[in-house]
Amino acid sequence: MKRRRSAAAIVALTPAILFLGACTSDQPTGKAGGTASPSAQSKFFDQAEYEAQLAMRTKTPQGPADKPWEQMIDPKMVDTAKYKKNGPYHLCFSNAAVNNPWRQVGFKTMQAEVALHKEITKFTVLDAEGKDDKQISDIAELTGKGCDALIVSPNTTATLTPAVNGACPKVPVIVFDRGVQTECPVTFIKPIGGYAFGADGAEFLIEKVPAGGKILALRILPGVDVLETRWSAAQAAFAKSKLNVVGAEFTDGDAAKTKSIVSDYIQRHGKIDGIWMDAGATAVAAIEAFEDAGVPVPPFVGEDQQDFLKKWKDEKLTAVAPTYPTYQWRTPVIAALRILNGEQVPQDWNLPQPKVTEANLDTYLQPNMPPLHYALCGCDKMPGFPQKWGGK
Amino acid sequence: MKRALPIFTVLLVLLIAIAASNPYFLEPPGFLAFLKRAAPLAILAAGQYFVIVAGEFDLSVGSLVTVEVVVAARLIDGDDSATWPVLALLIVIGLLVGLANGVITTALAVPSFITTLGMMLILSGAVFLWTGGAPRGALSEGFRAFGREELGPIPWSVLILLVVGAVAILLMRADFGRTLIAAGDNRRAASLSGVRVHRATIFAFAISGLSAAIAGILLGGFAGVSAQIGQGLEFQAITAVVLGGVVLGGGRGSVVAAMAGALTLEALFTLLNLHGISGALEFTVQGVIIIAAVAVGAVRLPFRPGASISPPMLKTKETP
Amino acid sequence: MKARPQAVQLRGGRVIAHLRDPAQAIYLALFAVLIIGWVLVTIDGGQFVTTENIVGIQQRSAALGIVAVGQTLAILAGSLDLSVAYLISLTSLVAAEAMTGGGMVPAIAVVLAVSALVGMVNGLVITKLKVHAFIATLGVALIIKGVVEHRYDGPAGDVTDSFQRLGYDRIGPVPVSALLWAGVAVAVWFLLRRTRLGYRIYAVGGDEEVARLSGVRTDRVVISAHVLCSICAGIAGLLLAARLGAGSPTVGTDGGYDLESIAAVVLGGTALAGGRGGVAGTVGGVLLLAVLDSIFNQLEVNSFFKDVVRGVVIVVAVAVYARRARERRTTA
Repeated sequence: MKRRRSAAAIVALTPAILFLGACTSDQPTGKAGGTASPSAQSKFFDQAEYEAQLAMRTKTPQGPADKPWEQMIDPKMVDTAKYKKNGPYHLCFSNAAVNNPWRQVGFKTMQAEVALHKEITKFTVLDAEGKDDKQISDIAELTGKGCDALIVSPNTTATLTPAVNGACPKVPVIVFDRGVQTECPVTFIKPIGGYAFGADGAEFLIEKVPAGGKILALRILPGVDVLETRWSAAQAAFAKSKLNVVGAEFTDGDAAKTKSIVSDYIQRHGKIDGIWMDAGATAVAAIEAFEDAGVPVPPFVGEDQQDFLKKWKDEKLTAVAPTYPTYQWRTPVIAALRILNGEQVPQDWNLPQPKVTEANLDTYLQPNMPPLHYALCGCDKMPGFPQKWGGK
Repeated sequence: MKRALPIFTVLLVLLIAIAASNPYFLEPPGFLAFLKRAAPLAILAAGQYFVIVAGEFDLSVGSLVTVEVVVAARLIDGDDSATWPVLALLIVIGLLVGLANGVITTALAVPSFITTLGMMLILSGAVFLWTGGAPRGALSEGFRAFGREELGPIPWSVLILLVVGAVAILLMRADFGRTLIAAGDNRRAASLSGVRVHRATIFAFAISGLSAAIAGILLGGFAGVSAQIGQGLEFQAITAVVLGGVVLGGGRGSVVAAMAGALTLEALFTLLNLHGISGALEFTVQGVIIIAAVAVGAVRLPFRPGASISPPMLKTKETP
Repeated sequence: MKARPQAVQLRGGRVIAHLRDPAQAIYLALFAVLIIGWVLVTIDGGQFVTTENIVGIQQRSAALGIVAVGQTLAILAGSLDLSVAYLISLTSLVAAEAMTGGGMVPAIAVVLAVSALVGMVNGLVITKLKVHAFIATLGVALIIKGVVEHRYDGPAGDVTDSFQRLGYDRIGPVPVSALLWAGVAVAVWFLLRRTRLGYRIYAVGGDEEVARLSGVRTDRVVISAHVLCSICAGIAGLLLAARLGAGSPTVGTDGGYDLESIAAVVLGGTALAGGRGGVAGTVGGVLLLAVLDSIFNQLEVNSFFKDVVRGVVIVVAVAVYARRARERRTTA
């Protein structure tokens, strides 16, 4: 009994003793921002940001028109002289994941961009495999690797904020795709955004579907901010229209489930007059549900994946494809080099976010590319295209 | 057959409930559409049944389905003339993966939970290593017909489901079926009495692999290429089998009931959807129903020592 | 039955005998992997032994380590727990939300209570309703999933600054999270080796019927193992809330803590059937996975290849254990 107690005492004391030793903290200064509260549906809706994005759609971006990944809308430039240093450079990249075709295409494009610049002699990439906790460790590990600049594509907005805050004082940080809730990165790169994406699709349906038409909204999954903004903008647009949104369903991005859901709706409502989607990955499966039911395919909102564009062309659909362009993966590398060169960069680097329409469909349809390739990769003229992206 | 009775009652109740809120369900096309949708899961459940009744698990079928579809898309690449050779190859892949699972489980004495968990990681990693992260190519019209089109009024997938069901019943009535049940019931006693337990187990895994190949062909046909087509199917298939009253740990249950379990699960999804309990709470309802169904089945069964907690499938195989 | 001689040895307290566990093999493997990794990374032009790396390995393995220690208890008792991943998500949210409203101490208490309750449900469903552990914990996982996804659609809550230090502070090269993991591991090791409950867990996992006949209340043992397993998952949820600065409805599933913890346990030489193995092996198994990850990180191996290697490592390791077990039996 006695031995047992002493063992327990040692167990209890060990951490305490260790604690008295040298104590270091990697805890970033500044607050984490888990601001989201449960069951408040409108929490993803930010009126000012919404209006800003809708306005940006019609503004003319600055920069070379043939290189949309270098263009910027409404830039507020920040000075980067303090980061100026001579090459060669070691760039580091903490990637959220490469677990879907969008990220695959983007990452290949980013690697190709890095290969274009001889002054980048080393490019270290850590893949967080979709795990917030791993990405936090990855960022901490990268800040100790002597990187000249750190690019971060956060897995989740709120939860990666502390990690980015921790990295900012040590190295210039460039964030893209999803943002973080802090101003500390030198630049945050993104296309116009989810509100514009959602509104583009909804406005198209409002224009093409007669009043009273039944709209089915297909969403991938709840809780992802870049997807929630799309849906909230679409809701705002539909609310002002005469269309009747008969349902909003989650598909998990699963083609079979999407097809089943759409078939059920066709069966239950007799007719569906328009489909809105927050991401186009399962658009073709949804179209097939109409084909298999033997009814005409109504106006459709998809995305710039080749399988959808091909279907659109082949079946002469009435469709639109808002995009979340994968060419944004080129911009962080360009931004890093500008920062290290002491050139000004915008604090919020808003890239143009074009949509594929009837008129420009043929420029984006590339039959030699894989079905899940994203047309707006900005990679068509890069070395190794199309083989590196799986084309032929 | 007597043991299978409860699941058919549950299935019937669910079907009536669906029909009550959606009369179209009673018409032949409506019901056939339901069967067509349920066919891949029912076929997977049939395959999983053989493994479970032998006292094992197959967690690799979900990623095997993904592999089949991604391989088919890349090799066919939209070319209709490649359809039949690739179909044959897919069947071979399914059999080989099953064979590997079976051999590792029996000859190397690795618990099948681990064998197939490892296989799940290996398969999903390997196939995307091969295609560079995302699916490439396209399926041909001919390939897609099996999951998408009909022969007259009856969908191909329903016909294939019927054939699979018939073959499964015949297999279980043959010597092989008795061997398998004996092996699952009491591995040691079975091998002492001269039953070739290892061979039967390997064969069961091969059947499961084959069923994943067929399910992959139907699912790819139904929905087209996607990277996550097989995600989570292994758990659904095991759930379906267990819902059908088949006991994890082996030795009891019928294949027809296992397939009925799959139809029940699919009917449950349909019903929850119809009543708008879609979204998150659907999972909660599903969880409660699964536990309740198995609990009801377990309590009525005659008590078997240790069966509830540490069934033989988790045991290292005894070498006589 | 196999647990018996071992358990007798333990009672006798012959410490040397424990070292001949399968756990020994995993540490040899760990050492070998470290050397190979060091060589490979050096050839690649990198530095393997850096503070960042060592801290990184510990930070990345702490959460999985804590869950796996708990999973060891469930598996030793002849059961297993597939609900830990969703429970981690749930407890991270409970922690962050309770901390926003109350304070650190009540939040921790609530988390431990919630996880103990979930463990209790798991244990009761398995023992009293006689539902196989696989289905019981899968069902409970689905129930938690539904509740979490119904209530939350993104990160929620907030943690106090002092609590966040749990996720980020370190003492020299040792993060507090790793100390927490070590504390949990030592506590469970103590429980298994030095208490009656630990002895009974081995007995029930080894042969439930024999244990029952020798007067062990097997149901209670299984329920206790599940409660402790869930509490470990709850602690991991707390740690992750501290790391993320908020609760997240996907942190558990993204981490794949259910299947990965089981994989780490069997990698550490614990028999999936129960009754044989221990915490030391599990810690080795988690470290082995973490070191592999770190090497892959250094060499920038793509994640698909990682999956293939992980799959092969797990199967091969268990095949080796099975072989050793058979050899021991034939020579005995």
